[in-house]
Amino acid sequence: MSATTAEPGISEDELDANGARIESVSSLGVFATLRRGVQLSPEMLNGVWITLALAVLAAGGKVVVPLAVQRTIDDGILAEGGPDAGRVVTLAALAAVGLVLAGVCAALVNVRLFRSTEAGLATLRTRAFRHVHDLSTLTQNTERRGALVARVTNDVDTISLFVQWGGIMLLVSVLQILVATALMAWYSPVLTVVVWVCFVPMFLFMRVGQRKVNAAYTLVRERVGAMLGAISESVVGAETVRAYGVSARTGRRISQAVEATRRAQRRSMELVAIVFSSGVFVANLVLAVVVVLGAWLGIGGALSAGEIVAFLFLVQLFTGPVQMGTEILNEMQNAVAGWRRVIAVVETPVEVTEAPDAVDLPRGPARVTLRDVRFAYSGGPDVLHGVSLDLPPRTKVAVVGQTGSGKTTIAKLVTRLMDPVEGTVELDGTDLRKVSFASLRERVVLVPQEGFLFDGTVLENAAYGLRNGTRPTTPDDAGEVRAAVSDAFAELGLSDWVETLPDGLDTQVGQRGEALSAGERQLVAIARAYLAAPDLLVLDEATSAVDPAAEVRIARALDSLTAGRSTITIAHRLSTAEAADLVVVVDAGEIVETGPHAELAAAGGIYSRMHASWVSQTR
Amino acid sequence: MMLTGSRTRRSLVLMWRGMRAHPGTYVLAVTASALFGAMTVGVSRAVGWATDAVVVPAIAGDEAARDRIWLAGVVLGAVALTLALSVAGRRMWAGYGFSDNIADHRSALTTQYLRLPVSWHRAHPAGQLLNHTTSDAEAANGVFNPLPFALGVVVMIVTAVVMLFSIDPWLALAALVIFPVTVVANTIYQRYMSPAVTRAQQLRGDVADVAHESFEAALLVKALGTEGREEARFAATAGDLRAANVRVGVVRAIFDPVIQNLPAIGTLVVLAVGTWRAGSGDVAAGDVVSAAYLLTMMTVPLMAFGWVLGELPRALVGYDRISEVVDADGELAYGTGRLPASDGGLGVRFERVGVDVEVTGLERGTRTLLEGVDLEVPAGATVAVVGPTGAGKTTLVSLLARLSDPTRGRVLLDGTDARELAAGEIPAHVALVTQSTFVFEDSVRANVTLADRGEDGSPSDDEVWEALRLARLDDTIRAYPDGLDAPLGERGANLSGGQRQRLAIARALVRRPRLLVLDDATSAVDPRVEQAILHGLAEQGSGATTVIMVAYRMSSVALADTVVHLDDGGVVDVGPHEELMARDPGYRELATAYQAEAERRERAGDETDRDDELQEVAR
Ligand SMILES: Nc1ncnc2c1ncn2[C@@H]1O[C@H](COP(=O)(O)OP(=O)(O)O)[C@@H](O)[C@H]1O
Ligand SMILES: Nc1ncnc2c1ncn2[C@@H]1O[C@H](COP(=O)(O)OP(=O)(O)O)[C@@H](O)[C@H]1O
Ligand SMILES: [Mg+2]
Ligand SMILES: [Mg+2]
Repeated sequence: MSATTAEPGISEDELDANGARIESVSSLGVFATLRRGVQLSPEMLNGVWITLALAVLAAGGKVVVPLAVQRTIDDGILAEGGPDAGRVVTLAALAAVGLVLAGVCAALVNVRLFRSTEAGLATLRTRAFRHVHDLSTLTQNTERRGALVARVTNDVDTISLFVQWGGIMLLVSVLQILVATALMAWYSPVLTVVVWVCFVPMFLFMRVGQRKVNAAYTLVRERVGAMLGAISESVVGAETVRAYGVSARTGRRISQAVEATRRAQRRSMELVAIVFSSGVFVANLVLAVVVVLGAWLGIGGALSAGEIVAFLFLVQLFTGPVQMGTEILNEMQNAVAGWRRVIAVVETPVEVTEAPDAVDLPRGPARVTLRDVRFAYSGGPDVLHGVSLDLPPRTKVAVVGQTGSGKTTIAKLVTRLMDPVEGTVELDGTDLRKVSFASLRERVVLVPQEGFLFDGTVLENAAYGLRNGTRPTTPDDAGEVRAAVSDAFAELGLSDWVETLPDGLDTQVGQRGEALSAGERQLVAIARAYLAAPDLLVLDEATSAVDPAAEVRIARALDSLTAGRSTITIAHRLSTAEAADLVVVVDAGEIVETGPHAELAAAGGIYSRMHASWVSQTR
Repeated sequence: MMLTGSRTRRSLVLMWRGMRAHPGTYVLAVTASALFGAMTVGVSRAVGWATDAVVVPAIAGDEAARDRIWLAGVVLGAVALTLALSVAGRRMWAGYGFSDNIADHRSALTTQYLRLPVSWHRAHPAGQLLNHTTSDAEAANGVFNPLPFALGVVVMIVTAVVMLFSIDPWLALAALVIFPVTVVANTIYQRYMSPAVTRAQQLRGDVADVAHESFEAALLVKALGTEGREEARFAATAGDLRAANVRVGVVRAIFDPVIQNLPAIGTLVVLAVGTWRAGSGDVAAGDVVSAAYLLTMMTVPLMAFGWVLGELPRALVGYDRISEVVDADGELAYGTGRLPASDGGLGVRFERVGVDVEVTGLERGTRTLLEGVDLEVPAGATVAVVGPTGAGKTTLVSLLARLSDPTRGRVLLDGTDARELAAGEIPAHVALVTQSTFVFEDSVRANVTLADRGEDGSPSDDEVWEALRLARLDDTIRAYPDGLDAPLGERGANLSGGQRQRLAIARALVRRPRLLVLDDATSAVDPRVEQAILHGLAEQGSGATTVIMVAYRMSSVALADTVVHLDDGGVVDVGPHEELMARDPGYRELATAYQAEAERRERAGDETDRDDELQEVAR
C-alpha cells in the first residue's frame, strides 16, 4: 500500500499513493480556523492583555463625550438659576484631557497590534512557504504556481485587516456593550430589557448572514487564485502565446477569470451591505422605541427628561459597538476565507517524509538498489512494473529508452522525489525512506532536464550548489566561492564558454535564466550540481540542448572528475551509453536489458538496434 | 495613465477617473450616501424634536404632547428605515464601484501583458506582474470604498454647518475649528505615509517575486535539498515587508486617533461656547443639545473623510505601479501587409540582420547577439541551422515568428518585411516550436488547437489526431481514458519531457504552417521517433512547407537541403552538408563530435589512463 506515514485525522483512502492535493480551502469551521490561525502565528497574542487594557481605556474615551454632554446639559446648561459657565468649562477641560489620554491609548493599541500581527503574519507566510517546499513534487504540481504565490501573499494580506483591528475591537465592542448595558440598566432596567429584545431578531439574522458572507468571501479568494493561474499563463507562456498568435484567446480566458472575480466580489459586497445595514436599521429603530416607551415611563414618573436624553445617548453607546461588531464579523469572514486558503496549504499532508528514526549515511561510493519497484502516478496506470536493479559503487550507468518509458520516473525515485508504490529503493543497503534528508540530498543530486536558474549571476547560480559549509557568509568567503566556481567551470572544460559571456561569471542570467540560451542554462546547471559534489549524480537529459562537441567534452570531464563516484545518466544520445560501465534499457516501464555497452550492442536486442541506428546517424 | 502634478492633484485625478469610469454606480452611491447624511442629521433632528416637543412637555404634563408620542415613534422609525436603506445602497454601490474599478485595472494590466513583447517580459519578474493584479490593484482602489461615503458627507457637513449657523453663528464657528486642524494633520500624515507605503508596496511585490521564483524552482530546491536556504531567503524578504508594514502602521496609528477625536474635541468646544451663549440667553438649552448632537453625529462621516485621506497615499502608490505597466510601450507595431495566398512554402530572406539586446550587469549597455546575417531560404526548402551552444540559433529563428524584431536589417517573408505584415498574419503562416514547451492548463485538444471548440477555423478532431499522429503522440493520448479531453496539468506536469515536445510539434503541425520552425524541438525525443516525425513531415507534402530547424543530430541535419553553420552570432558557412564537411572545420568538429569521441575511446581502450584524460580536459 501507500508508502506514506498516515497523518492523524486523515483516513487511509485519502492517502492513496502520491495522491495528496493542495486543497483550495481548508474545511475547518470558523472558530477552528481562528484557533488554528492563531496557533500558526503565536506572535499575534504577544502582550495581548496589555493591548486589550489599553484598548479598553481608548474606548473609554468614547464614553467621555456623551457623559460630558449629559453632565454639561444637566448641571451646566439646565442648571438651576441659569447656565453655569464655570462648571461647563471645567467639565469640558476634564473631558478634553480624557480624550487626549484615550487618543494616546488608541495610538499605542494600534502600534502594538501592528507589531504583533505583522510578526505573526510574517511567520504564517514563511511557514506556508516552507511547507510548499516540503510537499512532494507531485503534490506541488496539484496547484498552480500563481495561485500558490497568492497563498503566501494576497491571502495572508486578507487576514491582516481583521487581525490588526478587528480582533481586539471585537473584544472591546463586547466590553462596551456590557458597560453600556450596565449604564442603561442603572437609568432604566425596563428600557434596557426592551433594547436588548429589539436586537434578538437581528442576532438571529446575523448568523445566517454571516454564513453567506463567509461563503461569498471564500468564493472571492478561490476566484482570485484561479485568475492568477490564468494570468500567469500569459506571463510565463508569453513566448508561446505570441508565436501562435493566440493572444485573443488567452485574453478571453483571462477576461473570464477577471469577470468571475469581479462578480464574486460584487456578490460579497452586496451581502456585507445587507448584513451591515440591517444592523443599522435595528440600531436606529431602537431610538424610536426608547422615545415612545421612555415618554410613557416618564409620564408614569419613573424617569426624568434628563434621564431620557442621557438614555438616548447611552443607547448609542450600545448600538455603536453592536454595529461595529457586525462590521468586524463581516471582516472576520473575509479573514477566515484567507486563512482557510493558507491553512489548506499548511495542512496538506507531506507524503515524502523523513522517518523519525532516519539515519545519516556515511559519505563514500554509493550503491543503489531497486527492489521490485512499482510506481503509478496518482490515479493513473502503473508506469513502472516491478523494476529491480543493482548499481554497484563507482559505476557510470546510462539509462536509455523511448520517451515515456519511465526513465525520469526512475530518476525521481532514486533521488526520492517520490516514493515507490511498492518495493524499495536503497542507498548502500538502506531504504531511502530511512535516510535523513540532509544526508540523502548531500549524497544524491539530480540534474533535471530543464535547468532552472534564478534571476542573478552565473556565479550565484553555480554557487547555489555549494553545500552549507562552503557557502559564503563573509566577504572573505566570497573570494573563495568565486575561486571554487571558476575552478568548477575550468574542470568541466567550460572556461572558454564563460569567457564569451559579456561579464564572465558576473553575467546576469535573467529571469529563469532566459538571458542565456537553453544549452547555456544546462551548462550552468551541471556546474551547479558538480559543485554540490554528491556521491551519486543523476543526470536526466541534462545536456539535451547542448551542442555535441560541448556535450562530449562535459561527459569526458565528468567521467574523469567523478572517478570514485557514481553517475546515472539518462540520454538519448548514445555516446553516453558507449562510455558507460553499465547500460540499462527501459521499455514501457520495465528494465529489459542491462549490461556493459559492448555486450548489449552485440546481443541483438533492443539496445543493439538503438545503437546501430545511432551509429548510422552519427557517422 | 500616469498621474502628474502635485499630490493633491494626483489624488483628485485618481478618484475622479475611477468615478468617471462608472458614473452610474457612483451617482447612485453618492446619492445614497448623501441621503444617509441627510438621514443622520434627520435622526439628530428627530431626536431633538422628540425630546423638546414630545418627551419633555409630555412628562411635564402637556396632553397634546402625549398624543404626539406615537407620532414621534413613527417618525423615528421611518427615519431609521430610510437610514438603513441608504446605508445598504451606499455600501452596495460603493462595493460595486470598487469591484469594477479593480476589474478595470486588472483588464488594463493583463491586456498589456498580452500586448507587450517578449523582451519586456524578460525584464519583468513574473511574480511582480502577478502581484500588480492583486496587491497593487487592491491598493490603488482601496480609496473607493470610503469615497462615496465621504462625498455624500460633504452634503451632510454643509447641511450641518448651515444648520449650526441657523442655530447660532458662534456655535457654528466653534464647531468649524476642527476643519483647519484636519488639514494640518493630513498634510503631516501624507508626508510620512507616502514613503512608508511606497516601500511596503514594493516589498509586497518582492515577496511575491521571491515566492514565485522559488516555487518555480521547486524541483531544483528538492533535488539539492536547499529548502532551508529558500526559507531563509523568503523569510528575509517577508521580514522586510513586516518591518515596512509596521512602519506604515505606526504612522497610521498616530493619525487615526487624531482624526477620530477631532469631532469630540469640537463637541466640547461647542458645549463650552454653548453654555456661554445660553447664559446670555441668545440660544435655548435645546439648541445647544442639538448643536452638540450634530457634531457627535458627524463623528462617523468625518471618520469617512479620514479613511479617504488615510487610504490615499497607498492608492497613489498602487496606481503608479500599475501605470508603469499600462503606460509601457514597445509593443510591436504591425503593418497592413498580407502574405499572398498560396499552398506552397514560404520564402524567407534575412538581409544583413543584426540583433542587440540590453544587458544589465556590471558592464551596462548592449550585447550583440547576431551580426550581418544574410540568408536566403527558398520556398519549400528544408534548412538546418547548426552551431555551438550560445551561437545565436534561437535568436535567429525566433525572428521568423516575430517574437522580436531585428535591431538592424530586415527579415522578409515571401518578400515582405515581417514588420509590415498585419497582426495575426505571421502566426497564421508560421509555426515556431520553441526549445522548451509551454503547456496550458487545459485539455489535450485545446493544447493542440489553441482555440475554443467551435471557434472559427479551429481544427477538427480528425485534424488534431492527424497532427498527433505525425508527432507520434497519438498512442499516448489514445491511452488516456478521456482522449482529447484529458486535462493536462499546469505546465504539462503529467507529461514526460519528450511527450511535451511532441505535443508542441503537434500544435505546430495542426496549423498546416507554410513555414515550420523547429528550435531543437526534438531534443528530448528519442532518435527513432525523431526520425519518424521528420520523415512524416517530409511526406506530408514536400514543397508545401518550408522547414527551418535547429538541430544537433546529424540524422536530422541529413534531411536538410542546406545547412547553415552559425557561430558567435554570425553565419560561418552555408551549403549542403557534404560541402560544409569538406570545407568548414568548425562544422566538421560539431558534426563528427560523437564519432571522434567514439574513436578516441576505442583508441584509448576501455580502461583509460585517467591522467591522459585529465590533461586533455585541462587543455
Ligand atoms: N506527473 C505525472 N503524472 C502523471 N503521469 C505522468 C507524470 N509524469 C510522467 N507521467 C507518465 O509516466 C510515463 C513515464 O514518464 P517518464 O518517466 O517521464 O518518461 P521518460 O522515460 O520519457 O523520462 C509517461 O507515460 C508519462 O506520461
Ligand atoms: N535576452 C538576452 N539577454 C542577453 N543575452 C542573451 C539574451 N538572449 C540570448 N542571449 C545570449 O545570446 C547568445 C545566443 O543565444 P541563443 O540564440 O539562445 O543561442 P543558441 O544558439 O544556443 O540557441 C547566448 O550567448 C545568450 O547568452
Ligand atoms: Mg524524461
Ligand atoms: Mg537555442
